[in-house]
Amino acid sequence: MSGDSSVSNTNSMTRLRSNFIRRDLIGIAAIIITALAGYLLFPDNLALLTRLLAIALLVLSLDLVTGYCGVATLGQAALFGSGAYAAGILSAHYGITDPLLMTLGGIVAGVVAGLVCAIVMLRAHGLPQLVLSIALVYLFHEFANKASSWTGGSDGLSGIMLDPLFGVFEFDLFGHTAYFFGVALLLIVFVLLRILVRSPFGMLCRGIKEDPVRVRALGASPHKALVKMYVISGAVAGTGGALSAISTQVVALDSLSFTQSAEALVMLVLGGTGSLFGALVGTLIFMLFEDFVSAANPFHWLTMVGALLIAVVLFAPKGLYGTAEAFLAGRKKHDGETRA
Amino acid sequence: MQTVFSIAVDALAYGMVLFVISIGLSVTMGLMRVVNLAHGGFAMIGGYIASYVARDLGLGYALAVVAAVVFTILIAIPIERLLYRRIYGQPELTQVLMTIGITFCIIGITNFIMGPTLKTIPLAPALQGSADIGFRTIPIHRLFAILCGLAVALGLWYAIEKTNFGIRLRASVDNAAMAAALGVRTEIVYAVSFAVAVGLAAFGGVVGSEFLPVEPYYALRYMVTFLVVVSVGGAGSIPGALAACLLLGAVDTTGRYLMPEFGEFFFYLAVIAIICIFPRGLAGRAK
Repeated sequence: MSGDSSVSNTNSMTRLRSNFIRRDLIGIAAIIITALAGYLLFPDNLALLTRLLAIALLVLSLDLVTGYCGVATLGQAALFGSGAYAAGILSAHYGITDPLLMTLGGIVAGVVAGLVCAIVMLRAHGLPQLVLSIALVYLFHEFANKASSWTGGSDGLSGIMLDPLFGVFEFDLFGHTAYFFGVALLLIVFVLLRILVRSPFGMLCRGIKEDPVRVRALGASPHKALVKMYVISGAVAGTGGALSAISTQVVALDSLSFTQSAEALVMLVLGGTGSLFGALVGTLIFMLFEDFVSAANPFHWLTMVGALLIAVVLFAPKGLYGTAEAFLAGRKKHDGETRA
Repeated sequence: MQTVFSIAVDALAYGMVLFVISIGLSVTMGLMRVVNLAHGGFAMIGGYIASYVARDLGLGYALAVVAAVVFTILIAIPIERLLYRRIYGQPELTQVLMTIGITFCIIGITNFIMGPTLKTIPLAPALQGSADIGFRTIPIHRLFAILCGLAVALGLWYAIEKTNFGIRLRASVDNAAMAAALGVRTEIVYAVSFAVAVGLAAFGGVVGSEFLPVEPYYALRYMVTFLVVVSVGGAGSIPGALAACLLLGAVDTTGRYLMPEFGEFFFYLAVIAIICIFPRGLAGRAK
């Protein structure tokens, strides 16, 4: 009897795993196809697409803390901006112009910023925590503004030089190299995060989101896990920041702003929290939509985003991807039932 | 000495303006547990209406203040009924998103109707100039702002501590379900306190327009300031909010006078320090 159930257990485990791997492959294929389609459809607008990739990394990092751990933050751009400034300062002040080393610098800075934010923010819960995240991002912003000999202050950091990638691919004026570099970064991060979120550690984080008291009763430390996740999130956001610094060769103060953080949160929720696909879908739709509408009138754009947000909260609380997924799952179940 | 005195007066007046605007937020947040990021939006609507009445119609300052409060409440009531009512008791993230959405809509629509320029609210002649208080002169408007803050604080204190409605309000804050079971119409309590909160926001937006100029992105720019004040004071507490406003007003004004190049650095540093020491706010209660 017990042998039976364990056999069926392993069976369902393997089925679950193969299901995951299939979805990984679908995800990777979807990213590659979208990237290629973007490259072919908008060859003149690669700057926008590369920016989209950088922001996608920011939104993914936000998803790790907000979607998987349940920590609401309006200060995620602090990690993104730290990565961007670190990569830019390495090149502009230290002459380290290798793009891979600059990316590494961005990751390290993101990790450090993530650690700082985690230590401060995890002291409080609920509204005070949200306010702490806002205060942190403003503090980073004011600090970058003040340290203008390093960061260029409100003029932005310029003078970022780049070596060819791997010594072969020059960063050209049209942004072809930067674009493919960004796609590669996004793919690597996506695969790593897919592994991360279904690891025991990823499951622990989801457990913390559901019920921290029970997780503590099971013998795990929610605080430690959250700090760890924050650090990982910092690495992802730092990668995004470094990508934005490398692709535009400028770092502006608003990469470290509250507005950037709030926009990232909007994109995440638009797509759906707690799902890597949701984060990507939300970023894609929001950025393209913004580019399209805000060219007409920035105030109409604000009204539209506001109305969109209200509509998502009222009618699709799981976000676009989450709602679509639930709809499809419901249909599949329904199909199965009618067939049986 | 001159500097110290003028910093003190400005800090006090600024703190009082912050108090008038954010006390409504504090009460609604303590009562309905809604993280209302759109509160600054209502202050902005009040400012725009006052500017329209006083400057474009030329109807005088007093009338402008009254019109701002009344019309802002009229605008806010349908928003409360249609939108806010659905997010009571929802997770914070949902509330943040909904109210950010409302803020964006308020900014977009207001600027579509009124135009994207800075709006001034001409002061009444009686409030211009400065008053001589023996050894120093201070601008009358500063005095007016301080008096308004004191009046609001006293009025609210009386309404909450001494009136029948205040008893119902406090009961609903402490335990809404139990209050409802005992026959308090919590829905009406919610609606009235929301209206009062919005009215105070509009009032503060008009009175404080010298400190927080009424401009297109007002709602977004000061949203954080109001939220921070409430969080530092502890949601739902009048003395806490007053203390937080005076403290943060003093920190911010002093920072701006003495080290303007640092901007709001000290303000946010103080915020982080206070929240780390008092995670529930200055007057927050253990749950």
